[in-house]
Amino acid sequence: MNKWTRRAFIGAGVITGGALLVGVAIRPGRRVDKLAALVEGEDETLVHAFIKIDTDNSVTVIVPHSEMGQGAQTALAQMAADELDADWEQVRFEEAPAAGEYALYTIGRGFLLKDVDVPKVLIPTVDGAMMQLADSMGLQITGGSMSVRVTGMYGMRVAGAATRDLLRRAAAAAWDVPTEDIETNRGELRHAASGRTARYADFAEAAAQLKPTYTPTFKDPSEYTIMGQSVQRLDLPSKVDGSARFALDVRLPDMVYATVAQAPVFAARVASLDTADALAIEGVLGVHRLPETAFDSSIGGFGLGESVAVVASSYWLAKKGLQALDIQWTQTGHESVSSDSLYEQFAETLSTGADVAADTATGDVAEADARAAYRIEATYRVPFLAHTCMEPLNATADVRDGRCELWVGCQNPLGFRHTMAAVLGLEYDDVTVHNQFMGGGFGRKARADWATQAALLAREVGRPVQLIWSREEDVRHDRYRPAGMSQFRAALDDNGALLAWTNRYTNKMDPPDAPLIPYAVPNQDIGSLASPTHVPTGAWRSVDHSQHGFFTESFIDEVAIAAGRDPFEYREQLLSEHPRHLAVLQKAASAAGWGTPMGPGRGRGIALQESFGTIVAQVIEVTVNNGVVAVDRVVAAVDIGYAISPDGTRAQIESGVLYGLTAALYGDITIENGAVKQSNFHDYRAVRMAESPKIETHIINSGHAPGGAGEVGTPAVAPALANAVFDATGVRVRELPLSKAAAMLSDTDAA
Amino acid sequence: MPKTLAVNGEEHVVDVAPDTPLLWVIREQLALTGTKFGCGIAQCGACTIWLDKQAIRSCVTPIAAVGTEAITTIEGLAPGRDVLHPLQQAWIDHQVPQCGYCQSGQLMSAAALLAANPTPSDEDIDQAMQGNICRCGMYQRIRAAIRTAADRIAEASDTSE
Repeated sequence: MNKWTRRAFIGAGVITGGALLVGVAIRPGRRVDKLAALVEGEDETLVHAFIKIDTDNSVTVIVPHSEMGQGAQTALAQMAADELDADWEQVRFEEAPAAGEYALYTIGRGFLLKDVDVPKVLIPTVDGAMMQLADSMGLQITGGSMSVRVTGMYGMRVAGAATRDLLRRAAAAAWDVPTEDIETNRGELRHAASGRTARYADFAEAAAQLKPTYTPTFKDPSEYTIMGQSVQRLDLPSKVDGSARFALDVRLPDMVYATVAQAPVFAARVASLDTADALAIEGVLGVHRLPETAFDSSIGGFGLGESVAVVASSYWLAKKGLQALDIQWTQTGHESVSSDSLYEQFAETLSTGADVAADTATGDVAEADARAAYRIEATYRVPFLAHTCMEPLNATADVRDGRCELWVGCQNPLGFRHTMAAVLGLEYDDVTVHNQFMGGGFGRKARADWATQAALLAREVGRPVQLIWSREEDVRHDRYRPAGMSQFRAALDDNGALLAWTNRYTNKMDPPDAPLIPYAVPNQDIGSLASPTHVPTGAWRSVDHSQHGFFTESFIDEVAIAAGRDPFEYREQLLSEHPRHLAVLQKAASAAGWGTPMGPGRGRGIALQESFGTIVAQVIEVTVNNGVVAVDRVVAAVDIGYAISPDGTRAQIESGVLYGLTAALYGDITIENGAVKQSNFHDYRAVRMAESPKIETHIINSGHAPGGAGEVGTPAVAPALANAVFDATGVRVRELPLSKAAAMLSDTDAA
Repeated sequence: MPKTLAVNGEEHVVDVAPDTPLLWVIREQLALTGTKFGCGIAQCGACTIWLDKQAIRSCVTPIAAVGTEAITTIEGLAPGRDVLHPLQQAWIDHQVPQCGYCQSGQLMSAAALLAANPTPSDEDIDQAMQGNICRCGMYQRIRAAIRTAADRIAEASDTSE
């Protein structure tokens, strides 16, 4: 892990006022003009990671990832600064502009070389086609827990180490001593024998004249001074005094406000529109029909339909104008679709058994099933889920004179830039994206639908427009976590040993490993069937892991119970080939006091799920009273490889747990008459302070490559919770959210 | 009709439709953007400000309902320039914010609580903070930070006595 073995393309140069700029690219690509002077060959591109050392010795790390709360920008700065041996007090970071030079070619590279699995849903589409790597399209996505795993490991550390190497060599040449004798510490170079010292900035210009090494040497973890430390996040001071600027806070001269009503049944178009009452409101400036773009119709394949926007001198007036509109929508053919009809459709799809896309097929399931002593079957289902980021979707656009400027908080600024160019018919170079802090992202803000609306409106209006979706539009026009169904059959021998595991589920998305199990089952047959719906879906924190964690970890619990075994010990015995998983499971169990008695109405459940390179086990304790499930305590054990910022990791796990808890307890987007029923936090609840459990996070630094943190806390929550409810009540909940099972649980409590 | 509002100790004259929620006046007319829009129906608490030192949801408070009461927003929470409110400092010490979007509202609710009840129990905290949603789920840290701030305020007042 501490030796960079691949050929990196590293460029160094002096920029304004004598600052040293070091950039790293690790994949040859198209030459970028702006940085051409820093690139060696025609086919090399300077992308990915930049470090700047200014004349005052301050270090700026330019990070190509957006901040949506996950603290990744700080963690990435830590990785670069530590390899550089910078003084953390003098380190700051900037988010890279949405420009090609900052594209995350490493994501493409990781994808190609299978170093990591890039969730396909995170790869942007400009015109509906899959991104062509060879065309050097933009990848600047924050999602899939890629930041630390890829940008950090392959970019930030290389940039830091290479810069340190250049500075040492420059000092060695000036002082006429061997490079090996130059030590570094907190932004200073030192030659011990002669006692000479210098600041990094003193050798910035000299370092820029040297040819960078292709294979800088990384520090051994024992030498880390900044990585592994719980440093304070650099963005927090602005988030306690109201000064942090989110997209909603953008203020431009001559700016007007807009809000939008979108087809309630996805794919519907405007049949008729009466604008008279709206236009009669003082301050309402106009009503605009927004077409469905090719970009929109690429989502899910059924299309999103049309929208109507009202532009006014304030958001409030725009909202009043919208309420005064009389909009009739066309029939789409989806008007009879409901959540029940979709579950029936899923069951029908699974029952046909045709066209199974195999995830894994090992051994001979039929043969094992035939000789089994007994068999267990269960079917689980989960609803659509909205993201409900705290910041409702909004974007500010100014489209005039053949140029587009967009202010937005998004997970994919470069992809948004391409999308704006495509939708507006502009050249890519005529689009500028100013990315802001995101008030939550969770996967929703990788899609550009709302930003394209803002851009189209701004073009019609001819002045800057801030488009703000109401919360109701946000809930009813999300790109939902897919609803789904998963059927299992297990075959066991006389001793309760698991012989075979069969699983069929609907609508596979990403990542591919989500339905796989770590347990030693000799015969496995896992596969998916497509069962399309008109409801648009997308990435939702942890993507497919969020539902498959519930499916597989509930079922293994059922198998253990059927075998008459303790659910923890049963899992333990099946993990002999996965020592990391085993250690995580054991840590969670011991920290939670697994096996100690609990009072009446109380129960404890366990679950284990690997996602994005991190292994997480959780033990959840509940109290069930009159059918209401109270979550008392969550104990999480996390093998994240190496925690760059332990407190940051803990915060992410706490966040992922709460996100999963809200979903497991209450999360339910239901479809009625083809449209989403819920509309705001009163009917799409979120866990609040009083329901929030005590969460304990135990981090295991196993020394493996760092895994993700932002998403990995979520998948194990629902199964650990359902397993705890079973432990407390003897009732097995096979459908989320748990609130739907209240009546069933209430009956058993009384008994 | 023009109307005078007293916000963070300064007077502002605004002229908007009388049903306009205070939230939008603060954000659009006064350009104090620290107060956030989250739901528009008093369900999430992102828009929490003080009206006469009481925490209110500005998204459902029409400007017509506001008189001469002192309005305090997150920008006016700190006692002075370069000095943080004890809650703001505790928020940093406990690394509370993630995305940060709800935190103005969380802080205004918590500050109203401590102003009225300097030694809140866990139940008091639950009750005071129940109207504020954090989708990043930082409730455990918010609770701890409120405790820390309450302790520091108590210590400071002990010392000064």
